[in-house]
Amino acid sequence: MTETLSPALDERFRAAAAAEGLLDVAYDLLPDTPIGSLLLGVTDHGVCRITFDPEPERELEELARLFGPRVLRSSRPLDRVRLELDEYFAGRRRHFEVEPDVRLLPAYNRRVLAELAQVEYGHTTTYGTLAAQSGNPRAARAVGTVMHHNPVPIVLPCHRVVGANGKLTGYAGGLGRKEQLLRLEGAIL
Amino acid sequence: MAVAVPPFETFYEAHQAEVFGFLRRRLGHERAEDAFQETFLRALRAYPRLEHGEHLRAWVLTIASRIVLDLARRSRAQGAMPELAAEDGRPAFEELAPLTDGLPPKERAAVVLRYGYGLGYDEIGDALGSTEAAARQAASAGVRRLRKEQQ
Repeated sequence: MTETLSPALDERFRAAAAAEGLLDVAYDLLPDTPIGSLLLGVTDHGVCRITFDPEPERELEELARLFGPRVLRSSRPLDRVRLELDEYFAGRRRHFEVEPDVRLLPAYNRRVLAELAQVEYGHTTTYGTLAAQSGNPRAARAVGTVMHHNPVPIVLPCHRVVGANGKLTGYAGGLGRKEQLLRLEGAIL
Repeated sequence: MAVAVPPFETFYEAHQAEVFGFLRRRLGHERAEDAFQETFLRALRAYPRLEHGEHLRAWVLTIASRIVLDLARRSRAQGAMPELAAEDGRPAFEELAPLTDGLPPKERAAVVLRYGYGLGYDEIGDALGSTEAAARQAASAGVRRLRKEQQ
């Protein structure tokens, strides 16, 4: 049996669900950014997820497990972060105003990410420096792990963290993307 | 182990078409649109309280039926005749629906949910806001009434 539900009705429900504050997470896909397709998720507390090359099914399960089962694609709650990302990719934004939602992360991760948030557009830092700023200069490897599990890359700029020798080292979204972002910011040539 | 409650998106995508079809046949296209939104908003409000992910299809159809009943009650209260939809292209089980147009709302809901959608009497009881026994009784009263009309 195929019933046709008009796209307008579908969108109306999705917008109403968000407007009534009934969602644990609203998400949407950005299929065509300069660094490929992204999945964005927001909660009432801010941007909780940016994923490269998302596999939606797995992402939804993960978001539901972390934030609650009311995970729904709904475009409007994402307007703000979508706009800021567009501006960023166009080279017209150097600083994000949307808040990252990192409430659920362990305290250490939050501390490291708070330091990371201070690294400015077009600059880089090292894992060791970030480790020292977060309280333990010997924890460079742990900082690397925190970067790898950063739930909101780009907004929390883990691409600006490089190895002590200046090598790009690693990136959850792939080194190509890290390089692309740093080039966009003029941090490398 | 109980089936986990799926993310709402998965649930919504799986059942939206059937729920809309159900409502459209009961209410006509226009009223079905509002009822559709109300059905899934109610489901969304109740969703965090679900303890497992079983019988979600029956669950959402019961919510939809309850909304149809509420609308019928409201329009009776306002002295209006309930508007009944007549649409073509029904699937086989919906051949039942036009036959049931003349039944009282509760009996009609019970008959359609039982014989059209294959729900259990416990689920239908939920839908009607009453008991399993009352649902069984409403369905059999509906069937008796239909038989009488056929003669």
